[in-house]
Amino acid sequence: MTKITLGKAINAGLRVAMEKDPKVVVMGEDIGKLGGVFRVTEGLQKDFGEDRVIDTPLAESGIIGTAVGLALRGYRPVCEIQFDGFVFPAYDQIINQVAKMHYRSMGKIRMPVVIRIPYGGGIGAVEHHSESPETLFAHVPGLKVISCGDPVDAYWMIQQAIESDDPIVFFEPKRRYHEKAELDESVPPSLPLHQAKVLREGTDATLLCYGPMVKTCLQAAEAAVEDGRNLEVIDLRTIAPFDLATIFASVRKTRRAVVVHEAPYSFGPGSEIAARVTEECFYHLEAPVLRVTGYDTPYPPSRMEDDYLPDLDRVLDGVDRVMGY
Amino acid sequence: MSESVPGPAPEVFAPHKAPVSPPQASEEVEFVQLLTPEGERVEHPDFTFDLDDEAVKGFYRDMVLVRRIDSEATALQRQGELGLWASLLGQEAAQIGSGRALNKRDMVFPTYREHGVAWCQGVNPLNLLGLFRGVDQGAWDPKDNNFHLYTIVIGAQTLHATGYAMGQQRDHAIGDADNGEATIAYFGDGASSQGDVNEAFIWASVFNAPVVFFCQNNQWAISEPIDRQTRIPLYQRAAGFGFPGVRVDGNDVLATYAVTQQALRRAREGSGPTLIEAYTYRMGAHTTSDDPTKYRLSEDLEHWKLKDPIARVHAYLTRHAGLDHDYFDEVDAEADKVAAELRAGCLALPEPELTDFFQHVYVEETPQLAEQREQFAVYAASFSADSEGEG
Ligand SMILES: Cc1ncc(C[n+]2csc(CCOP(=O)(O)OP(=O)(O)O)c2C)c(N)n1
Repeated sequence: MTKITLGKAINAGLRVAMEKDPKVVVMGEDIGKLGGVFRVTEGLQKDFGEDRVIDTPLAESGIIGTAVGLALRGYRPVCEIQFDGFVFPAYDQIINQVAKMHYRSMGKIRMPVVIRIPYGGGIGAVEHHSESPETLFAHVPGLKVISCGDPVDAYWMIQQAIESDDPIVFFEPKRRYHEKAELDESVPPSLPLHQAKVLREGTDATLLCYGPMVKTCLQAAEAAVEDGRNLEVIDLRTIAPFDLATIFASVRKTRRAVVVHEAPYSFGPGSEIAARVTEECFYHLEAPVLRVTGYDTPYPPSRMEDDYLPDLDRVLDGVDRVMGY
Repeated sequence: MSESVPGPAPEVFAPHKAPVSPPQASEEVEFVQLLTPEGERVEHPDFTFDLDDEAVKGFYRDMVLVRRIDSEATALQRQGELGLWASLLGQEAAQIGSGRALNKRDMVFPTYREHGVAWCQGVNPLNLLGLFRGVDQGAWDPKDNNFHLYTIVIGAQTLHATGYAMGQQRDHAIGDADNGEATIAYFGDGASSQGDVNEAFIWASVFNAPVVFFCQNNQWAISEPIDRQTRIPLYQRAAGFGFPGVRVDGNDVLATYAVTQQALRRAREGSGPTLIEAYTYRMGAHTTSDDPTKYRLSEDLEHWKLKDPIARVHAYLTRHAGLDHDYFDEVDAEADKVAAELRAGCLALPEPELTDFFQHVYVEETPQLAEQREQFAVYAASFSADSEGEG
């Protein structure tokens, strides 16, 4: 068993998928010789050649639009969008074409396209490099939206996403690319792609999170022990579709929930989760479902991002509030 | 149609291996040049440089100063004072030549590397640092110097420029080559692949907008060489959109000035858009987070160093304008002074106030946001109250 970073785990997962299926092609800006700006595709072009690891022109609509065509022709494109804020030139292709092709063709066409997007803040970047636009995709019927919280999940989820016949937007928590964990490739994934994972069992309240906030919430849960609080932490892993069963089971047990994400507060994934939990678990709840999130402002200049992003203290403050009812 | 249609074997899928290659070495490149790398003036049938040696001295000074501003900013980044810096090293002539061709009323739409054009427009270089230091996203008022905010989303500003130019046209601000208004949009070779840029070409063309598209072809879009963006010289694309395109030696400040001036005059008089491809080279990394050794050969850089935009003006001024050490020393001393001011100013840039990031989201703040700002302030204040209580 080796320790591997989240970034390298995705690289390893891509490699396995490409070895297994010659129809898997990886495409994006700077992914070849450079190995991507985060080096996630490092070495792939050297080993699989320029026909399977395609450095594309600087045109996001082109990346996704041609991926649609390649998929129609039997390929399984894995597209890299360099940064979250640069996906929007491709947004039309993603939401009107990729997402709807199966529906429009009454099931005759499949779009096994994976769109990888390094996302989220906390790396001191300039504007458009730290956004959390997951809601904008999760709201679109026909798309599935996922995010990984640790290297082991990263390794398996990228492979499961590539195997999926539905189009998947894979949000990679860029500030966690360097987090390490033990990975044993011989142990098959413990969960299917769209199931949430209970990372820590607890009794007092449930922290619901995904992507970069998984680590933050685990730390918060550790810290909360000092206050005599026993928190359950759930990594959603999948934003669309939510794994409601796991969420409901946990909230029925702990009776309190805090949803944590970096995306803005209003109309974010937390809003949807809070509504669902309220509808389904109303009589079990001791407190309203609270949200600890980014604010309803554009992502701020980096000197202010520590105040914008949910951190340990803000999560614990959310826990205090939910316990205060 | 179904997903089970078999595709060709992967190795057959190699469209980009067809045997056409765009010109690589600049020796093969035809462009407008008025000053050779050796510092000799040359003639061109369509373009002349009509200013005197005083103006050339001014261009020299500009280029030395912006190179110094650039290297100081790079140093500041290395010392942790800036999060990032996009260097203009090697592109001074393209930016100063084109920037000095602008009239006061012309409007500039830059990308994120146009520090030299900003200089020509009178933007305080310190203001450029805020974005890269992370204290703001552009602290200058675009109206003060007719220099729009930096644009990081590749190519987006070319459409803004075209729309602005359409406004100038509607406002009857054109029709006179000297006193009319024009707009200039800067972008890179990589940007030429974006849909937005191609849409800008179409709009500018069909509305005959007074806009100059100034593409600095520095040969690279991060790690991707120019032949990953185009199979024909970029300036030739203009023909397909219905307006003139011209390629200029982007390391020749006299030629970039002459070519841009002509294009701006054309726009101002009402004759419509022009595409200028300034053929140049990015001598540094894409940004301070980039490592060019991963994808390009050091010989290329050595080759381009011989075409340095500043060295050739230096040679010209020494040989043909009779300037001696004194002038160059003076300029260097001034550069040192500008750099020292920039450094001091950077370190003194005020840190944002705690609730600053809630400002300016809307002109009329929403009740929801006001509430979030309030709550945040109370929450943040609770920490200082705690520490006071403990201390
Ligand atoms: C829409 C979009 N996609 C991707 C990026 C990331 N990115 C920043 S600069 C760059 C390369 C730009 O190359 P070019 O247009 O040639 O300009 P240069 O930086 O070389 O001056 C890329 C891919 C971006 N900023 N915007």
